[in-house]
Amino acid sequence: MSEVIGKMFGWFNSRLPIVNTFERHLSKHPVPSKVNFWYLFGALASVVLIIQIVSGIWLIMPYSNTEEEAFSSIEYIMRDVDYGWVVRYMHTTGASMFFAVVYLHMFRGLLYGSYQKPKELVWIFGCAIYLAMMAEGFLGYVLPYGQMSYWGAQVIISLFGAIPYIGESLELWVRGDYYISGITVSRFFALHVVALPLVLIALVFLHLVALHEVGAGNPEGVDIEEFLDDDGVPLDSVPFFPYKVLNALVGIGVFMTVFAIIMFFFPEGGGYFIEMANFEEANPLVTPEHIAPVWYYSPYYAMLRAVPDKLGGLIVMGSAVAILFVVPWLDKSKAASIRYKGTYSKLAITLFAISFLTLGYLGTVGVTEVRKTMSVICTFIYFSFFLLMPIYTKYEKTKEVPKRL
Amino acid sequence: MQEKDNTRRKVLIGLTSAVTLSGIPFAATPFIAAWNPSARAKAAGASVKLDVSKMMYGQQIQVAWRKQPVFIIRHTEESLKSLETTVPKLADPNSEQIEELYRGMNATRSKSEEYTVIAGVCTHLGCSPKYHPEVEPKPWDATWAGGFFCPCHGSMFDMVGRVFKGVPAPTNLPVPPHFFKGSILTIGEDGGNA
Repeated sequence: MSEVIGKMFGWFNSRLPIVNTFERHLSKHPVPSKVNFWYLFGALASVVLIIQIVSGIWLIMPYSNTEEEAFSSIEYIMRDVDYGWVVRYMHTTGASMFFAVVYLHMFRGLLYGSYQKPKELVWIFGCAIYLAMMAEGFLGYVLPYGQMSYWGAQVIISLFGAIPYIGESLELWVRGDYYISGITVSRFFALHVVALPLVLIALVFLHLVALHEVGAGNPEGVDIEEFLDDDGVPLDSVPFFPYKVLNALVGIGVFMTVFAIIMFFFPEGGGYFIEMANFEEANPLVTPEHIAPVWYYSPYYAMLRAVPDKLGGLIVMGSAVAILFVVPWLDKSKAASIRYKGTYSKLAITLFAISFLTLGYLGTVGVTEVRKTMSVICTFIYFSFFLLMPIYTKYEKTKEVPKRL
Repeated sequence: MQEKDNTRRKVLIGLTSAVTLSGIPFAATPFIAAWNPSARAKAAGASVKLDVSKMMYGQQIQVAWRKQPVFIIRHTEESLKSLETTVPKLADPNSEQIEELYRGMNATRSKSEEYTVIAGVCTHLGCSPKYHPEVEPKPWDATWAGGFFCPCHGSMFDMVGRVFKGVPAPTNLPVPPHFFKGSILTIGEDGGNA
């Protein structure tokens, strides 16, 4: 019996590189022997991606993408479909968790210089994933056609209107109607469930293939490729299976527990994960008193509001994301990890983290003069972190990076 | 011999690529055009009519045109007077930065001396500004003389939708095409006799 299975496997393997691919990407690839919890978030992100795809497919089945039925089909899922509420809350919690995990993953990259040569492409693909996720999240938020779906989309789509000359016709073209109607919802639906997931999966594939080509980093910023054993495997590495799989499984276990607690007990996340106004059907004639984006966009929203000019606000917001792509060329430091960088880098990343979190808070609350000033200051710090990076990383005194992990 | 073969190949590659590229705009046309408003959407965006003679002085009502709020305000004498006094606060008191449909006709910016007809959509990011006709100090302006305040990002407009200086909204609220026939106001059409 086992001989037959072995033969069949051999038949496949000589026609398809099963063993090679599996070992290269899922079992034998060497990973640094010493990493910390910050290195878990990549694995967690792929777990959430799978949760989103599966729960998403199940949501498509009862959802209706028309103006008349979109909102009521969500209520139908919540009340009449067996376990429909679990599937929906899995998807909404998944969206917030996806961003939480990806923000931590990206911050890890900034902390330990995970973008430095030769990992520039890994970082760039990662930034592209983040951008695609933001689009995916926005499109998905419009689908329930609640008040915040409508007015949030109104705000975002009218950003196109800030583009000189073509802005207004572009807005009309994106909506396909004079307001955000069923026509808009159904095209966003197509993009949300087919087009962008394809893009996301392709980008994740590229992110991982590029990562396994250049190898994962570590918190010390040590280049483990310098010292190899006789087989060409780095001395300071262990194979992914079983050493890192077990670590990852513990992390995934903790993560899933947190996920389940939110999903079952706090699915609205106090109005930050699903905004209260979105429990009302979209009404083009009534603007909610307070329009705020979901928490994961709020830092950029605060930047948008900090600029008293429509086009300027759009440019600032776009640049805030765009600047991430060029980080590999802004960091001139000899050390990759914050552990061996100088005082200026440590100060800069601390200020950056504080300003980003503050912007995140400011983007969720109403405008006052004081808050607007704070937004301006934090936006300034956010950009200074990146734009001054070539200077402070070049001229600061770094500690000597060890040769071995 | 090799040289000659390569030239021939390069020409062929150039030609076939050029033909392929020239086809791209044609192939893209249906995909781009299918996102334009459909014939049904266009028909649904036609004009609306209403009788405005029953409005009280100082009252503001809103009607939906293309599912967007359009504000109609019947001015009091006081609010018409306030239009002059708020001018120093305004970014563009004569609506020179936008295509003003009925420029110079009335202080109300409309075709009527009494009513203002403006799109109730903030020119910043499309929220619907709130009507605050009362003349009293407000959290957003200590010398408020009545007008519109956008709750989303704090843009301010006067009683006829002219934008204040130093707010996120870039331009005045636009005046939609409209005409009065007796007390019947039609929004979405010009009536031809502007």
